[in-house]
Amino acid sequence: MHVFALALFLAWLTAPAVGHAAVPAADVEHALVDLAGADVERREAAVTVIGQTGDPKWLAFLGALRDGSVYARKKGGQLEILVGGGKSTQGDKDLIEIKTAYDGAPLGAVPLADLIEVAADRRLRIAIKPFLDADETRGQFADPDPNERRGAAIKLGNQAEAAAAPTIEAALATEKDPWVRHALAEALGLIRLTHGDAATRTAAAGTLAGLHSLSAVATLKRLEADASASATERAAATNAVKKIERWTLLTTALETAFQGASLASILLLMALGLAIVFGLMGVINMAHGELMALGAYTTYVVQNWFRTAWPQAFDAYFLVALPLSFLVAGAAGLVLERGVIRRLYGRPLETLLLTWGASLIIQQGLRLWFGAANVDVSSPRWLSGGVPVMVGLTLPYNRVFIIGLAAVSVGAMYWLLFRSSAGLRIRAVTQNRAMSACLGVRASLVDATTFALGAGLAGLAGCALTQIGNVGPSLGQNYIVDSFMVVVTGGVGKLAGTILAAAGIGGLNKGIEPALGAVFAKVAILIAVILFLQRRPAGLFATRGRNADA
Amino acid sequence: MAAYSRRDFLKGSLAAGAGLAALGGLPSLITAQGKEPIKIGILHSLSGTMAISEVSLRDVVLMAVDDINAKGGVMGRKLQPVVVDPASNWDLFAEKAKQLLLQDKVAVTFGCWTSVSRKSVLPVFENNNGLLFYPVQYEGEECSKNVFYTGATPNQQLIPAAEYMMSKEGGSYKKFYLLGTDYVFPRTANKILRAFLLAKGVPKENIEEEYTPFNHQDYQTIVGKIKRFASGGSATVLSTINGDSNVPFYKEFGNQGLRSENAPIMAFSVAEDELRGMDTSALVGHLAAWNYYQSVDAPQNKKFVNAFKEYAQKNNLPGGAKRVTDDPMEAAYFGVYIWKQAVEKAKSVEVDAVRKAVYGQEFLAPGGKIKMDEANHHTYKPVLIGEILKDGQFKVVSRSKGLVKAEPWSQYTSPDKGCDWVKEKGTYQKKA
Repeated sequence: MHVFALALFLAWLTAPAVGHAAVPAADVEHALVDLAGADVERREAAVTVIGQTGDPKWLAFLGALRDGSVYARKKGGQLEILVGGGKSTQGDKDLIEIKTAYDGAPLGAVPLADLIEVAADRRLRIAIKPFLDADETRGQFADPDPNERRGAAIKLGNQAEAAAAPTIEAALATEKDPWVRHALAEALGLIRLTHGDAATRTAAAGTLAGLHSLSAVATLKRLEADASASATERAAATNAVKKIERWTLLTTALETAFQGASLASILLLMALGLAIVFGLMGVINMAHGELMALGAYTTYVVQNWFRTAWPQAFDAYFLVALPLSFLVAGAAGLVLERGVIRRLYGRPLETLLLTWGASLIIQQGLRLWFGAANVDVSSPRWLSGGVPVMVGLTLPYNRVFIIGLAAVSVGAMYWLLFRSSAGLRIRAVTQNRAMSACLGVRASLVDATTFALGAGLAGLAGCALTQIGNVGPSLGQNYIVDSFMVVVTGGVGKLAGTILAAAGIGGLNKGIEPALGAVFAKVAILIAVILFLQRRPAGLFATRGRNADA
Repeated sequence: MAAYSRRDFLKGSLAAGAGLAALGGLPSLITAQGKEPIKIGILHSLSGTMAISEVSLRDVVLMAVDDINAKGGVMGRKLQPVVVDPASNWDLFAEKAKQLLLQDKVAVTFGCWTSVSRKSVLPVFENNNGLLFYPVQYEGEECSKNVFYTGATPNQQLIPAAEYMMSKEGGSYKKFYLLGTDYVFPRTANKILRAFLLAKGVPKENIEEEYTPFNHQDYQTIVGKIKRFASGGSATVLSTINGDSNVPFYKEFGNQGLRSENAPIMAFSVAEDELRGMDTSALVGHLAAWNYYQSVDAPQNKKFVNAFKEYAQKNNLPGGAKRVTDDPMEAAYFGVYIWKQAVEKAKSVEVDAVRKAVYGQEFLAPGGKIKMDEANHHTYKPVLIGEILKDGQFKVVSRSKGLVKAEPWSQYTSPDKGCDWVKEKGTYQKKA
């Protein structure tokens, strides 16, 4: 019966003009009375009658019924059906706001005890579902957001109800977006494959193969194994499955490659600042993670500021947060360097302890200021969702953005270190501090700017990480180990080594994970890094030269 | 050698405890006839990783204690809470429990969140005949004489949720992706879920099981796998992912183009309190299974929620009036009242008397009336399936008919075992 109701309703979908008047008002009145009764069959029939009106207001009523907020009261010997709203307590009485069933006109608050609850049991809720679903689908097809339309098409395709075909054809006729068109064509193919005759099925198999429809594989395989199907049909199914599976293999490989690139870019972004400070200055900065957390919290503050002060430009907050988090973390780094670290140059163990202490102070400070719980950072709209590049492969915007950001950061670092005069001074101090000081390079200024730069990069990484992970006081702790792993594997003091190590670790991790799972991938990476460092303690690129002590 | 010294230490501390008991016991016995306060222990992590969740439980228990004291206490005696901080450290849990029982001599303890912390204090409560109220849903397979479990067992959360997803109302899902964080609760939960699904005729190839490390952030590969698993429809994810990892997971899920209408996630560890720190836009439309939500429409729940917000504001707790209530908080809250009622029935705070008085105790909890089991130390609870809304609250989409009896031993994984402290001695073998 539900299928029948759905079919009727879908038929109505395609011809909305015929809709509302089809059910006489008297029938609905009877249905309402039945609803308040105890007869299960009649209640179910009543839902069908009300649902078939297709009137949005009656559908809203059914929604209320499903949510358990429909009530009845006796009024002049007759039952009046009402929709309940907010509840309140006055003295010892519980009151409830009530509204009329059809148009929701408010009727004031009445004592809850005077009303009879019209409960929707499981059976009734199941009877209501198809009407509300169909209404939702109709709404989705009219939605301006292509993702909504695409979602509706995929849903109809997965359900593969024959009755939905006209709706899809109608939508296909007016749809412009290629990805929604693809989903619609796929849904239509799936319906034909499930419900068509032999010739239709053969054709549908061909079409679905052309569409690279992964959703069709299960049905195609059933057809392939179906002894009652003709030989041509089964051959078409076999071909289609082969073609789709080849395509899936390709998309899976590309997807894994992208995932590896994405993880590598995140690792690189995290490790870049650390590599510069560690490599150029010999300072093991244990507070690197907390500087990232500072960047992330800066993003959070900027977001909140936009939300209250400038909500119409909310999506732009991230563009403001990026440079700001660089500056805030950079400033913190500068304070740290000028305040304490510069007194301890050349004493790696003491700086290690010192920066570790600084990390605890920053962490606890964040906890005191923002609370121990995580805070929420919303993604701007242009960083949520993904871009479908080919059938079966969607690249999330946030990850594409982070890959870009990492590339730009690395490029900028290269330019700064090897093409600018500031970089020349940094490299000079790195190689021989005393000699460069003699030649007029202000070594302490170079130290301060280098450390601030590394800290700023950490802030930038923290800002980017808000788009994929959590923001909390212990954010830094979660990333610091990975950052050190990249820097050490890459070889201290070599930018190229850091890049290669990030790519290697990211790629290896994502290459292992599909087969062995996330837990083992993590273990395997650690083992691989340990073995590698056993063979090459200085990392991928060892620093050579007179001052190299490794 | 180390073993000896530890044993010596234990002996020493036990002796010291006994000595203290002898010294402090007599006068306190005498004054107990008067209006000496009753000491109760609160054993929740206030620092470390679990602080995010457990601090709220301490708050709600203290609120209940305040309310009870304001109304004259228990049997005319005030409650005096002893709050200790086991700092998310499992060994410290046992030590602090020992301190509460032997040094502070608390009449009852409310505490623990993670299963490992409960397992760590279990021998302490059993050896010293203490009383613990444990408020969090857990994996079952436990039946202790000294613990009352006010949270859900698997059959009060996992099984009804899976049943709902399989039902017509829930969407008739046929393929199940069991995803969890790698520790005891998800592993046991998925063992039970798998047994249940297989028993219901779900073919083996339609069940996928996967685990991630704690604090896992990169869900690309897993979401990619789910995408392929869910192609063709009728697939759902049953998630026991814990805490922090949920945000990256749901974000990645949405960003790779998966939607709740085509592949909904049913979560067992995401409640209102966790959603406070999340950008919920990626979670909207997904589901969760609990026994209570802040949105439960009942007068006593309105009072509870408002009272908690006022309490948080009045005591300057972080979050203030923005604080929310959730399932474990409700369970922690009514645990205090169940204990109070039992003490009043037993007319004593003595553990064995109170324990027997708890059996069958009823209470109108914020989420509705609940009842303590007559024999198995667990709680009869309603089961609610909720849909996540944009404001981090839940809309109840399905509720169990009446209360569901707790099964500490799942009938799907341990059909031969039962838990009974009245006719049997705890866990027993059922006769075939």
